[in-house]
Amino acid sequence: MATKVVMEALSPTMEEGRLVKWVKNEGDTVAKGEVLAEVETDKAVMELVARGDGVLRKRVLGEGQTAPVGQLVGVIAAADEDIGSILSSAPAAAETAGGGAATAAPATPAAPAAPPTPGTPAPTATQAPAATQAPSAPAPSGPAPTAPAPSGPAPSAPVPPHENGGRPRSSPLARRLASDRGLDLGRVQGSGPGGRIIKRDIEAASTAGPSAAPRPAAAGDYTDVPLTQIRKTIARRLTESIGPIPTFYLTMEADLTRTAELRQAMTEAGNEFKVSFNDIILKAVATALARHPEVNAHWLGDRVRQFHRVHLGMAVAIEDGLITPVLFDADRKGLGELSQEARDLAAKARARKLTPNEYTGSTFSVSNLGMFGIGQFTAIINPPESGIVAVGAVEERPVVVDGQVVVRKRVRFTMSCDHRVIDGATGARFLQDVRRMLENPLMIVY
Amino acid sequence: MASYDVIFLGGGPAGYVGAIRCAQLGMSTAVVEREGLGGTCVLWGCIPAKALLESASLAVHVQHGEAFGVTAGNVKLDYGVAMKRSRAVSQQNSKGVEFLFKKHKITWLKGTGRLAGKKSVAVKNADGKDETHEAKKAIVISTGSRVRGLPQVGLELNKTTVLSSDEVLVLERAPKTMAVIGAGAVGCEFADVFSAFGTQVTLIEVLPSLLPLEDAEVSAELARSFKKRKIDVVTGAKIGSAKVGKDSVTLTIDVKGESKTLTVEKVLVATGRAPNVEDLGLKEAGVQLTERGFIKIDARLATTAEGIYAIGDVAGPPMLAHKGSREGIVFAETLAGLPHVQPVPYGNVPNATYCHPEVASVGFTEQQLKDKNVAYKVGKFPFSANGRARTAGETEGFVKILADPKYGEILGAHIIGAHATELIHELVVARENELTIEEVDLAIHAHPTLSEAIAEATLDAMGRVIHA
Repeated sequence: MATKVVMEALSPTMEEGRLVKWVKNEGDTVAKGEVLAEVETDKAVMELVARGDGVLRKRVLGEGQTAPVGQLVGVIAAADEDIGSILSSAPAAAETAGGGAATAAPATPAAPAAPPTPGTPAPTATQAPAATQAPSAPAPSGPAPTAPAPSGPAPSAPVPPHENGGRPRSSPLARRLASDRGLDLGRVQGSGPGGRIIKRDIEAASTAGPSAAPRPAAAGDYTDVPLTQIRKTIARRLTESIGPIPTFYLTMEADLTRTAELRQAMTEAGNEFKVSFNDIILKAVATALARHPEVNAHWLGDRVRQFHRVHLGMAVAIEDGLITPVLFDADRKGLGELSQEARDLAAKARARKLTPNEYTGSTFSVSNLGMFGIGQFTAIINPPESGIVAVGAVEERPVVVDGQVVVRKRVRFTMSCDHRVIDGATGARFLQDVRRMLENPLMIVY
Repeated sequence: MASYDVIFLGGGPAGYVGAIRCAQLGMSTAVVEREGLGGTCVLWGCIPAKALLESASLAVHVQHGEAFGVTAGNVKLDYGVAMKRSRAVSQQNSKGVEFLFKKHKITWLKGTGRLAGKKSVAVKNADGKDETHEAKKAIVISTGSRVRGLPQVGLELNKTTVLSSDEVLVLERAPKTMAVIGAGAVGCEFADVFSAFGTQVTLIEVLPSLLPLEDAEVSAELARSFKKRKIDVVTGAKIGSAKVGKDSVTLTIDVKGESKTLTVEKVLVATGRAPNVEDLGLKEAGVQLTERGFIKIDARLATTAEGIYAIGDVAGPPMLAHKGSREGIVFAETLAGLPHVQPVPYGNVPNATYCHPEVASVGFTEQQLKDKNVAYKVGKFPFSANGRARTAGETEGFVKILADPKYGEILGAHIIGAHATELIHELVVARENELTIEEVDLAIHAHPTLSEAIAEATLDAMGRVIHA
C-alpha cells in the first residue's frame, strides 16, 4: 500500500517548509523511519522521515521548493504499484493546503528570501542560514513539549506578510470593525483558522494602545496636547518599526581631521563653496551605499529589494515632529549640489511646504542630532528600509595617535540594522567604508 | 501490559471521537470502556431518547392526519414497542462505533479503568482481573456523567417509582400519570414523549420558566405549546416533600406560596447529572476538581497532573455530547502539534432540545445581553408567516436573532419550531465564522423552506422584513 510523503509540522509553529535536499532518489528502497529529505522549517533544518516501507517512487517537491504543512511532497509505494491516483490528487491537495500560505508552483524557485545573487559579496554571516522563512518568530517556549496550547488569542509572532499583495484573510465582522476603526488589516495578526483575522484580533489590535498608556496624573499636572496627524503617523510608523523589526546597532567613530581641513579649504575658497560636516557625512554615506547595495535595501516581507540608486532620507526636526525629505540620487550629486539641496529641503520641511514626492521614496536614511550636542544615539528604522545611520556631534576628543594623546575632531555614528537584511559583518563593512571616506574625504570626490 | 500513545478512560462521544482523531494522527490509541462503546449518548441519552421522540412525533402526526387527508384507523400506542426500537437503534450505533474502532485500529480495553501511576492505567475486566497498560503520551479522562436523584426531598432513585432517564428508557409501558421534575432538555423531551403516549404528565420546574437556559420568549412559547397539548406545566415550584409508596409517589409542591399535593404513578427526576470522578485514583494522581466537582482543566484540556487530560461531561458544563466530541478533537490535534488548532469555542456551542416544538439556540439570550449591558437589536420572524411551515401544518414558533446594532454581529440566535435543531446550524456556522446578519441575508434561501424564516429574521433586524 502506498504511503504519501507529506510536508510534516516539524516544529509546533511550522506552517510551511522548504525542501533543502532529497536524501533518497526516486527508485531507492526506503524503510519506515529512514530519512528521506532535509527540510528547513521556521527554526532549523530538520529531517523528514519515511512513514512507511517501500520504494520512493516519486519526488513531487523539488529541492529548494516550499510547501505548506500537509502538502504531498513524495510517494512511497511498492515498485509496481499504480500511484497515478495519488499523484493526480496532489495539485488539489496543494490548493487546499495552501490557504493563506505561499504555495510554491512547481516551476518557480520558491525560497522566500533568495540566497545572495552571484556577484554580490557573500555575507560572512555569523547567523545560521535559517532566516529564509518570512519573519521567523523567536521560538515561543511552549507550555509543555507534548502539547502546545491551541493558538489562542495572544499570538506573539510578528505579522506575516500577506502573499501576492492579496488582502489578508479575515472574517466579514473583522473587516467591518477594522474599517470602522481605521485599522489596516495588513497590520493585524490573525489568530483564527489558518491565521484568519477575526474579531478578537481586531479588538486586541485596537486596545493595545490605550491599555499601555500610563495612568493619568492628577488634573493640573499636565496639559493634554491633541495628536496632530503627523504625530499619529510617527507613532504608527515607529511602533511598526521597533516591534516586528529585529534591530541591532553598530557604532563607529571616525576622525574628521581631514574633513575639517577640506571644509576649511572650501570655506576659504569662497562662501559659495561652504559645506557643513553633515553635508559631507551625507555624501559619504551615499557614496558608501552605492558600493553596498546589500545595505541600500528594503525588506519586502517575502523578499529583499536592493537598490541600484541611492535615495537618501534625511531626518529633519520640525516643530511638531520630524520628517524625512529625500536626497534623490545622493551618490551622484556633487557635494555643493547636495549641500544646497539639503538646505532647501530642510527649510521647506520646517515651513511644512514639502510635497509628498519630496519625502517618499528613500532607500536608506540618516539622522543627525549632533547640533544638540548628542554624542551618539540610535535611530529607529523607517520601514521597509533596513538601516538608518544616526550621526552624533562633531567634537574635539583626546585620542591616541602614535602613542601620544592628541586632540582630534571626532564623530560617532551608529547604524541601526534590520537583521533580516543586514548581518553584523555586512553592516560593519559598510561603516568601515563610511569611515574611510570621512577620514580621507578625497575618496568622496574620487 | 500493553503500551499505547494515548489511553482514554471512557468511550462516550468525547472519548471515542478523541480516540479516532488520535488514531488518524498516527497515534496508537486505546479506550477503556466497561459498557458499550458510545457511552451515555449512544446507549442512555441522545440516541435512544431521540428514537422515542420520533415515535412520539409520529403518534401526534397520525392522530392529526385527517386534516391532511390521511386517516389511520384504530391507532394503537405501545410504549414498549417504541422502547424496543429505541434500544435497537442504540445497539446499532454502538456497533457502528465498534466498527470505527476496528477501522482505525483502536483497542477497546473492556473493563473499568483507573489511574495507576504516572503513565499507566489499570483496567479491571469482567473477571475482576487487573491489567496495567502504559500511556506514553497522554491519559485522557472521559468518564462522563451519570443520573442522580433528589435525596434532599426524599426522591432517591429506586428503579420502580422514582426513576431517572436511564430507567424510563427501558419502561415496558407508559404510565398513566407521571411527574417530571426538572424542565431542562431531558425533562422537556420526556414530558413530550410520555404525553404523546397517553401519560398525564406534570412538568415541574423550580425556576420560573421551562428550559431555563433558553431565551425567555422561547421558554414562554414552549410552555404555551405544552399546555395546549395538556401537559401540566408548573414552574417556579418547589418540591416540599415526597412520599414514596410501592405503586405511587405523592409530592407536595409549593407554588407561589400555595401548597399542592400530587399523586403519580412514576416520578422522573431530571434535575441534572453528576460527573463520574469517583474511583479513578484522581487524588493520588494529583488531578484536582473544581468547586462544582468537575475535573479542573486549562485551555489545553490538561488537568493539574502532568500528562493527564480531561474532556467531556467530567471536565465541566455544558454537558453536551457535541461539546465533548469537539474537546476530544482539539485534545488530539493539540497533542499532535498541528498548526492553528483553534481552542474549543465554548461560547458558540449550540443547544438543542428535541421536544415538539423543537428548541435550538446559540450564543446569548436577550436577558444575558441586558445583564451584560450589551447593545443589541432583535430580528424575529414567526413560522406562521412561513410558507413551508404552513404546508406542514407546523406553524408554531419563530426565529429570533439578536444582533449588534452597528456591525450586525450575531450575538445570539434562538429558534423554536419544527426542525429547529437542524435549522440552527446556519446561524452556528455564521456566528463561528463571524458572518454578520447581512451575509446571512445575502445568501439566497430556497423557497419554500423553513430556512427562509432565518433570512427573514435577519431582514427584520435590519428593518426590512418582506413577509411580515
